[in-house]
Amino acid sequence: MTTPATLRNGRPRVAITGLGVVAPGGIGVKAFWDLLTSGRTATRSISLFDATGFRSRVAAECDFYPEEEGLSPQEIRRLDRAAQFGLVCVRDAIADSGVAGLVPPERIGVSIGSAVGCTMRLEDEYVVLSNGGEKWLVDPAYLVPHAYDYMVPSTIAAEAARAAGAEGPVALISTGCTAGLDSIGHGLRLLYENSADLVIAGAADAPLSPITAACFDAIKATSPDNDDPEHASRPFDLNRHGFVLGEGAAVLVLERLDDARARGARIYGEIVGFASRSNAFHMTGLKPDGREMAEAITVAMAQNGVAPEDIDYINAHGSGTKQNDRHETAAFKRSLGQRAYEVPVSSIKSMIGHSLGAIGSIEVAACALALTHQVVPPTANLHTPDPECDLDYVPLTARDQELDMVLSVGSGFGGFQSAMVVARGSAA
Amino acid sequence: MSTGTVVTGLGIVAPGGFGAAEYWAFVLAGRSAIGPITRFDPSPYPTRLAGEVRGFVAEERVPGRIVVQTDQWTHLGLAATDLALADARLEPAAVPEYEMAVVTASSSGGTEFGQREIQSLWRRGPQFVGAYQSIAWFYAATTGQISIRHGMRGPCGVVCTEQAGGLDALAQARRLVRDGSRMVLTGGTDASLCPYGLTAQLASGRLSRSQDALRAYVPFDAQAGGYVPGEGGAILVVEDERAALARGARAYGTVAGYGATFDPAPETGREPGLRRAAELALADAGIGPDRIDVVFADAVGLPELDRQEAAAITAIFGPYGVPVTAPKTMSGRLYAGGAALDVAVALLSIRDGVIPPTIGILRQAEECELDLVRDRARPASVSTALVLARGYGGFNAAAVVTAPSL
Repeated sequence: MTTPATLRNGRPRVAITGLGVVAPGGIGVKAFWDLLTSGRTATRSISLFDATGFRSRVAAECDFYPEEEGLSPQEIRRLDRAAQFGLVCVRDAIADSGVAGLVPPERIGVSIGSAVGCTMRLEDEYVVLSNGGEKWLVDPAYLVPHAYDYMVPSTIAAEAARAAGAEGPVALISTGCTAGLDSIGHGLRLLYENSADLVIAGAADAPLSPITAACFDAIKATSPDNDDPEHASRPFDLNRHGFVLGEGAAVLVLERLDDARARGARIYGEIVGFASRSNAFHMTGLKPDGREMAEAITVAMAQNGVAPEDIDYINAHGSGTKQNDRHETAAFKRSLGQRAYEVPVSSIKSMIGHSLGAIGSIEVAACALALTHQVVPPTANLHTPDPECDLDYVPLTARDQELDMVLSVGSGFGGFQSAMVVARGSAA
Repeated sequence: MSTGTVVTGLGIVAPGGFGAAEYWAFVLAGRSAIGPITRFDPSPYPTRLAGEVRGFVAEERVPGRIVVQTDQWTHLGLAATDLALADARLEPAAVPEYEMAVVTASSSGGTEFGQREIQSLWRRGPQFVGAYQSIAWFYAATTGQISIRHGMRGPCGVVCTEQAGGLDALAQARRLVRDGSRMVLTGGTDASLCPYGLTAQLASGRLSRSQDALRAYVPFDAQAGGYVPGEGGAILVVEDERAALARGARAYGTVAGYGATFDPAPETGREPGLRRAAELALADAGIGPDRIDVVFADAVGLPELDRQEAAAITAIFGPYGVPVTAPKTMSGRLYAGGAALDVAVALLSIRDGVIPPTIGILRQAEECELDLVRDRARPASVSTALVLARGYGGFNAAAVVTAPSL
């Protein structure tokens, strides 16, 4: 039986035909997937800056050497680390898809998410201009030529667009920690409305600098388990103490399923639903009932008539804060009913930390790989179940399983809640 | 399902005016709100002029608890939202919670708040960074705060494409309306008038260094030498036309067309993408160039960028083929707030049949073959306007707004 070209709501089916990932634990899709299925963790003591005096001194860092990833000396000098991650992912994803040269530039769109933009370089430059925080009236004599590129996060999307050779609609989406799901959702819209025939969608964040770490320190959101960094990210565990800050990027090549099939592309999966809602409750707080996330899930599923029984795996937000893990457990029960107790749920943040806006795209990449390999990645470090989190969180070990339809969710500061449904790439 | 997307409320908080009526009177008078920077001592910097929202006291417009938790950029956004909702006579509590959304543009986030906190960090240590830095600084702060304040639980968003952001956010709002949202608050504000914000802007090489407030920002002038930065912007209430009609709302106009493109790499020597964005917007609106009564130009104020924009306009409309204006010469370039403000002003222009002027031009650059509306407002029958915007880095956006059909 051939799959119809459109979803039940009449929109075109969209295929994921290329992936690029820069994540803690290894650069590239293979290293990423190897880490996730091994159940190893990439969290460690912070090495990217001197974290002495910080409450949380653990992070999931990328072993990223830009020269080895093919960036030019000028790109390395010019670009913030997040933009560098993004660039590598765009190049890898396009190469992976085999789509280079097949779509005219004006029909290529780009949608990149980022929560905090180019903050590492923005902070580096601040430190020099202010002479270590001494001057309020910072000294313009020490200004570097690309400082404005660091101030505007749109730089990350602009660089991605250049790398992709895109001249269609280009945007940076910055809805905090759901930006990586929302950017893919925006990319879908560009295909639905026929503004583009090919969309490069993803997200990048590199927040491991003192100011961002201090932000989360100040509200005690990040884990203070500094003595055991490898086990500091413990989503759904009774003894979880907050999230572990991460960094990274992922980029997906999106095409209409018909186009992908016509050119014989490899199809990692199809995106068959996306929705977002806001809780309009609190910038950082979450109501325990998970109501708005549940609404996003329900709406995303309804777009192609997906029933709770159809969902075979949930890639959770699973940040490892007390309130988040409770909140989304409630959201799964509310949206999926009895199915929530049957379906495996896992958080890859247990292994690669929480890279803010980037993680949503990294998690969709993980979902695409889970569908391709028919393996559910585990939740590492989950040893002591929390009675309030009473679902199957796939503790410690990856699981071989038949997967046809998976759900990925995100939740973030500002009250944003997003959900995406990805289906197994069907044969032509 | 959806009939059209109309603008039913304008919330303007910009240099020169607070509220649509005051700001409209200001631009029609052709005065300038550009002046010396007062928010800090600008004497160490080559750029000392800006468009500030004078007389704006956040405590009078924003709940005190929120004032301390947010940056000036968000204060301006919250204040503009209140004005927009009042102007639309729309009570959010009467709209289903998931059918209301907020999509704002941000260019640079909570810069001044961020500079204070990063100074505390580097001068005193991480434990001196305040709890609100995490929610004040990031680009989603304004959307999040507006959503919370007004109980808007729909698909909220944040778009960052520098000065193009106001149009990209408007387009996103229209997508949401077409997808079933009844109303969306959109537009944007920005406020980066702090020492680090200004200094980082200097690196773009686009800021004017003139000390003459009347001549510092003169796009399309033979002596153009950059732009003057400003703060503020506009928040618009956009609604599904049928929903607006059903509640008896008055519409300023319809968001009829939109297009966005990205420039080819400069080294290719190929034409920038602005013309194509405008053509896409016209095609999307289903109209030809002959239907456009006025173009609100992006008007960067640098000779090469002005020449490129003039070439794009001329390619579509012919030399001197359509009235062109840049009222932003009176307020400065407001980044994420700039194009949103231009859309608001374009709608007022349609309402009143008058084109606000571009001020400060003494001698128009010869290569800019534009019918620039200079110095004085020009009465004209305006039913359709084209708004152009370019974001630093290669972003282009264009929008067509038309007179209301209600």
